[in-house]
Amino acid sequence: MKYTYYPGCSVKATAKLYQESIDAVAPELGIELEELDDWNCCGATAYMSVKELMSFAISARNLALAEPFHRDVVTPCSACYLVLNKTNHYFAEYPELRKKLGQALEAGGLSYSGNIRVRHLLDVFVNDVGVEKIRGLVSRRLEGLNVAPYYGCQIVRPEEGFDDPDVPTLMDGLIEATGATCVKYALKTKCCGASLMGTEEKQALGLCRSLLFEAQRNGAHCIVTVCPLCQMNLDVYQPKVNRLFGTDFDIPVIYFTQLVGLALGKSHKELGLGRLAVKMTRPMERILQGA
Amino acid sequence: MLEKQVVYESALDHDFLGEIYLLPGGLEIKKCIQCGTCSGSCPMGAVMDHAPRKIFSLIRAGFRDEVLGSNTIWLCSSCYTCAVRCPKEIKITDVMYALKRIAIKEGKAKQGRKAEALSKNFVRMVNRYGRNHETELMTRYILTAEPLNALSFVPQGWRLFSNGRLPLLPHRIKNIEQLRKILRKVDELGEI
Repeated sequence: MKYTYYPGCSVKATAKLYQESIDAVAPELGIELEELDDWNCCGATAYMSVKELMSFAISARNLALAEPFHRDVVTPCSACYLVLNKTNHYFAEYPELRKKLGQALEAGGLSYSGNIRVRHLLDVFVNDVGVEKIRGLVSRRLEGLNVAPYYGCQIVRPEEGFDDPDVPTLMDGLIEATGATCVKYALKTKCCGASLMGTEEKQALGLCRSLLFEAQRNGAHCIVTVCPLCQMNLDVYQPKVNRLFGTDFDIPVIYFTQLVGLALGKSHKELGLGRLAVKMTRPMERILQGA
Repeated sequence: MLEKQVVYESALDHDFLGEIYLLPGGLEIKKCIQCGTCSGSCPMGAVMDHAPRKIFSLIRAGFRDEVLGSNTIWLCSSCYTCAVRCPKEIKITDVMYALKRIAIKEGKAKQGRKAEALSKNFVRMVNRYGRNHETELMTRYILTAEPLNALSFVPQGWRLFSNGRLPLLPHRIKNIEQLRKILRKVDELGEI
């Protein structure tokens, strides 16, 4: 299965560990990711707050660059997934916008006809590879590990996607396939605060506190996520949450690709687990005991 | 003592609604039935000056300054919960983006000073390199918006840097000129 890969800016930096685990796991599952040459930033949420048409235009450049390959575009980042998808939908729905975007792309010697499908890497894991195939490849069952499935907001919204926008379940099945236990997690699609962590820190820390509390209350040893920003907020800011609210959370927040990688027997290093701010030490002991 | 504030018709701005209508999907705002699903769903609703339902009511009544000056638009994190739950399928998040743009453009982002700094630095970064360079974005943001608070960012920055998650050098895309041509053309065409 070959895809055009759109990494997004975060996996090149703050989410480097995500990329490392993707590199380790994707080939094992028969997923071939060919990076889109010379891709640019999708615009995220920040560009849209200043310029609307420009934001759609920079996003559309990526789709135009991808179109000649006639393959699905796959991204591991929820924000990129939402933005590229939104551009695609609006391109189809609003003729005025489509016309202007066409003219803008033309100025750069590009064109786009709207025929590219944008997908999240989780979608590829559960729907193209399939949970059953992954279950069959597991060499180290993660027995005894309780995992909270945190989808975050942007992977399931706002357009009709591959899972329910309020109560998604596809990652739950993936977690169970690794041998781990998927705990109840009522806040699975509640926002982590995203970029508000920079601008409205106290409010965003409050959201992260609720998310961590709910995971702890349900006995989770770690949280599994699908988004670089969710991972950074919950992981890197966890000590600050503890300081502000007097809590004692010690819950590692890992990517679903890292969880699958552990079950496939990949090493700590190959999966970039050493780069976590809240280390996997305690959950790892559990996994090794079980093995 | 309760003091009732009266706002006279003449102080309202009835063109405000027209600006929102011009957005892709903006006409949908006509359909709002004031059910409050958006406000009840918003993770930030409790700390907003006016939760989304009220914002829509204020927009339709022409309370321009009240809306643009509120903290609401800056507390929207774009999680789209309201948008997927709205029974009338109003693109609420897009309206919030539009309000951010209008407030920034007109210099009315009093409560959104930090968000404005973050967004503008982000745009500059993307226009310069074609990609976001997170290390530089954070540094520039802190220097423009929170210079006195810079020390409070150090622990998080260190946690990222020491784990190899903050590269020092940016990556510039090869065909940045193409991206700039596209942006210049948009400038020429005018925003939506």
